Amino acid sequence: MLKCSLDKIQNLFAEISKSAKLYLPVDGKDGGASYGEWSEGVEWSGALNTTKSPKDFFFPQTEDLMAFKTAGKSIEIIDTRSESEDFVVFGVRACDAKSFDILDRVFLSEPQDSFYAMKRKHGIIVTAACTKPSETCFCQTFGIDPASPAGDISTWKTADALYLQANTEKGTALLEKLGAILEECSDDAVNAQKEKTAAIMQKLPLKDLNTDDFGGGKTQELFNNPAWDELSQSCLGCGTCTFVCPTCQCYDIKDFNTGNGVIRYRCWDSCMYSEFTRMAHGNNRLTQKERFRQRFMHKLVYYPENNDGLFSCVGCGRCLAKCPISMNIVKVMKKIGGNKGE
Amino acid sequence: MQKITREQLIEKASELLANGTVSCVLGWGAGEFGYDVTPTVFKTAEEMKTGFVFSDFCGANFSKYLVAKTQKTEGKILVFLKPCDTYSFNQLLTEHRFDREKVYAVGIPCEGMADISKIKAICGEGISSITAEGDTFIVTTLYDDEPIAIEASAVLAERCVNCKSKKHVAYDELMGEDGDVLDSGRFDEVARLEAMTPDERFAFWQNELSRCIRCNACRDACPACTCEKCVFDNPKSGVENKSPANSFEEKLFHIIRAFHVAGRCTDCGECSRVCPQNIPLHLLNRKFIKDINEFYGDYQAGAEVGSRAPLVNYTTADLEPGEVFNREG
Repeated sequence: MLKCSLDKIQNLFAEISKSAKLYLPVDGKDGGASYGEWSEGVEWSGALNTTKSPKDFFFPQTEDLMAFKTAGKSIEIIDTRSESEDFVVFGVRACDAKSFDILDRVFLSEPQDSFYAMKRKHGIIVTAACTKPSETCFCQTFGIDPASPAGDISTWKTADALYLQANTEKGTALLEKLGAILEECSDDAVNAQKEKTAAIMQKLPLKDLNTDDFGGGKTQELFNNPAWDELSQSCLGCGTCTFVCPTCQCYDIKDFNTGNGVIRYRCWDSCMYSEFTRMAHGNNRLTQKERFRQRFMHKLVYYPENNDGLFSCVGCGRCLAKCPISMNIVKVMKKIGGNKGE
Repeated sequence: MQKITREQLIEKASELLANGTVSCVLGWGAGEFGYDVTPTVFKTAEEMKTGFVFSDFCGANFSKYLVAKTQKTEGKILVFLKPCDTYSFNQLLTEHRFDREKVYAVGIPCEGMADISKIKAICGEGISSITAEGDTFIVTTLYDDEPIAIEASAVLAERCVNCKSKKHVAYDELMGEDGDVLDSGRFDEVARLEAMTPDERFAFWQNELSRCIRCNACRDACPACTCEKCVFDNPKSGVENKSPANSFEEKLFHIIRAFHVAGRCTDCGECSRVCPQNIPLHLLNRKFIKDINEFYGDYQAGAEVGSRAPLVNYTTADLEPGEVFNREG
């Protein structure tokens, strides 16, 4: 275990940014935090979570894939990819760190998504343990321990120091570069913090929420549950839940006419939108109920069915906080799963 | 903080369900944490007793729901309308968006709704309970041994701080006493923006709108946005929803939407309430309202059914476009 005194944390950020671009949560207006690039004087936000998840770094909301330029009868295809350089995403919470495993299974399985793979290769994840989870947190439902976050490097912030521990080769290499700012120390402070957080986890209102009634093989049982009507009745059909979600991974590929050529780009899509996966025959989900059901069935049944039982939710609570009508996966799980977790 | 109680509303609804006036009730459904309220249709008094809630977090404007719900429901729907909701109600009727005969509207007084993000800015995360005692909220959290007392006025939603009216402009029945149209300071912030230089103003909106994630929540919650098929949902339009091609398109979306609802926006504030990125979208709409008032005389969309809005009502006394252009800002 290594540590850095909190009054030297700006030096630590400066040292990291010598070898790689450093991104970290910074405060915005109205208490909302978002990732921003560190430069001298930029403070690390104390917010529990950023409004948008850090999936943006690997799977950006919009991303150019290629471009076409036409001249007369010829068409030139331009590769818009650029070799990216190493970058550090600092202050990632345990839930968001877990979301990368879920996204990896989608984008890194064959055929690999080279755009995503390149960013994953160059990205170094530095996580930060939670000490004050929100009432909306339910990561423990998915077996995540917010006091022991994964990532290339895990960190724990106490009243006076930041404790760091490398988990991967990438992480070890980065810590080695930081040399003099860090000092060796015992695990005691971190262990004490972990114990304290574990006690808080037992007080969270959603602590008993479980996944017993969900998982692969449950399609027939859950698909026609009459409760979907009631659950979806007020859904506005906006994309807030999908766009703040760290695990939602659906995208659309579109061509943008620039006047003398075409930029082909991809962008996040939302299963809540009426034009989602529109096909030649029209739409395959005509009502908001069907679209609503798709989102939760994907996270709780289809994804685990295809991914060794891994659920496609990490319990970060963003959708609980941000849905305009306060309908969310917790309410769905309680209702469809027979009101468990009360 | 609210003067009318959950029990009074359940009693009223039970009476109307029992005597056959209405077949269902559009109300607020209880959530997990006291503040996460979901618009819900209740079919029986029993359902209401278990799931209905009325609190200081019942901000959602129900008027727009009537467009879809009246098409699906047999019999009349009971809807509870706060004063600001009644303006949207009238505006939708003006635009023939739902059948008035299928609705039984009960006007309820409103003391202003609370904004949970303002409460969290004071108490932090980990809220275990919020109870209203008079004009104070008593908040308990996982991290504080003692409950925290917060003045309700300090955590009012922005739109309620600048409440334009406590008067109900539409109802079949009124509970409690009706209020008055208020002399609010809702245009103060617009005036501040108008006083900026064009560059400053551009920078202000650039900063605000750059946070937009194009979730379309503002549009989907907006009672003035009731097109069956929005242009932004049409893949052939070239400006389809999902992500913008660039930051210019992002701005264009909001500006086009503001133009589209100009003269029809009642200033209900739902757009800003639902924005996950806290963008003050209502200021765009208020700018239009302020301009319309100044150019054509005071006009409040939804104040009455069937009024001809200045932008769709040509008179020879209308000002020339050049006068607007020369005014700047």
